[in-house]
Amino acid sequence: MEYNPFSLEGKTILVTGASSGIGRGIAVECSKMGAKLVIHGRDLGRLEKTLSMLAGDGHKAIQADLSKQEEIDRLVEQSPTINGIVHSAGIPKICAVKYIDRTLLEEIVNVNELAPILLTTGLLKKRKLQKKSSVVFVASMSGVFIGNIGEASYAATKGAIAGFIKSAALELAAQGTRVNTICPGLVPTSILSLSNEVFTEEQLKDTMYGRYPLKRVGTPEDIANASIYLLSDGSSWVTGINLLIDGGYCLT
Amino acid sequence: MTIDEFVKRFSEEFDETPVEKFAVGTLFKGLDEWGSLTALSIIAMVDEEFEKRITGADIRNSETIEDLYNLVMSK
Repeated sequence: MEYNPFSLEGKTILVTGASSGIGRGIAVECSKMGAKLVIHGRDLGRLEKTLSMLAGDGHKAIQADLSKQEEIDRLVEQSPTINGIVHSAGIPKICAVKYIDRTLLEEIVNVNELAPILLTTGLLKKRKLQKKSSVVFVASMSGVFIGNIGEASYAATKGAIAGFIKSAALELAAQGTRVNTICPGLVPTSILSLSNEVFTEEQLKDTMYGRYPLKRVGTPEDIANASIYLLSDGSSWVTGINLLIDGGYCLT
Repeated sequence: MTIDEFVKRFSEEFDETPVEKFAVGTLFKGLDEWGSLTALSIIAMVDEEFEKRITGADIRNSETIEDLYNLVMSK
């Protein structure tokens, strides 16, 4: 067998938000590294598309709306025992600070913050996370390393997750489980076209694309590779970190 | 909301620019204070006052405050 400290052979990995964007990229790349995938998404049609893109067999797809507690509970129930999870489900919101209201805040906090935390606790309670598991949250550079105009509510949820993992990593270290986040810079996916209702492609190019020292924006594969690292035994001494994957954006 | 009321409401989204600078025919993208924050504020203001969603493209396609007003009223 070829030497590969980042292999995911023999591991079962749950990826939320796998029906598109970064989550789909993570699921596909993890399958190429030998993992058995349990993929979650809201849209069954797009989720099945992801399922068809996975390498190898024995994968499973579970549809659920994680904004509802009973659906989180059902996902936990239907999930097999796993060795790792990547929380990739999330929504964007672009809104000036003085126009943030309770409805907007409750919606984004519910999906980006409450759902991944409560899914993690659900998996722990039902003993679905094996010892020496890896728990990975997809956070953002926004709210953890930098700020962007209009992103305060989104940043608040990502910053909350970056804080959550510090305590969770300490507690779960007792069972050898590691808890980390990945903080991506701009990765153009459909989540971005949702926020494009506010920003035009031109504005994005002017204000964002040009600021990446490595002269490009991110791809789902860039983020998937970081998740492979954090899920694999190659990172078995890494816990409680917010791993910045940003093409050098935060340097400038 | 009349066009004059809209111009006044529009001007309230600017902290530095004096209210006299705003008129029906003002080319708002030429104002020193115009930028992504004021653009976001205008989008949110329209949402709050009219319960209508305008986009970055709508703003790009408007030159004067009147253009934007007409666009909002046509939605």
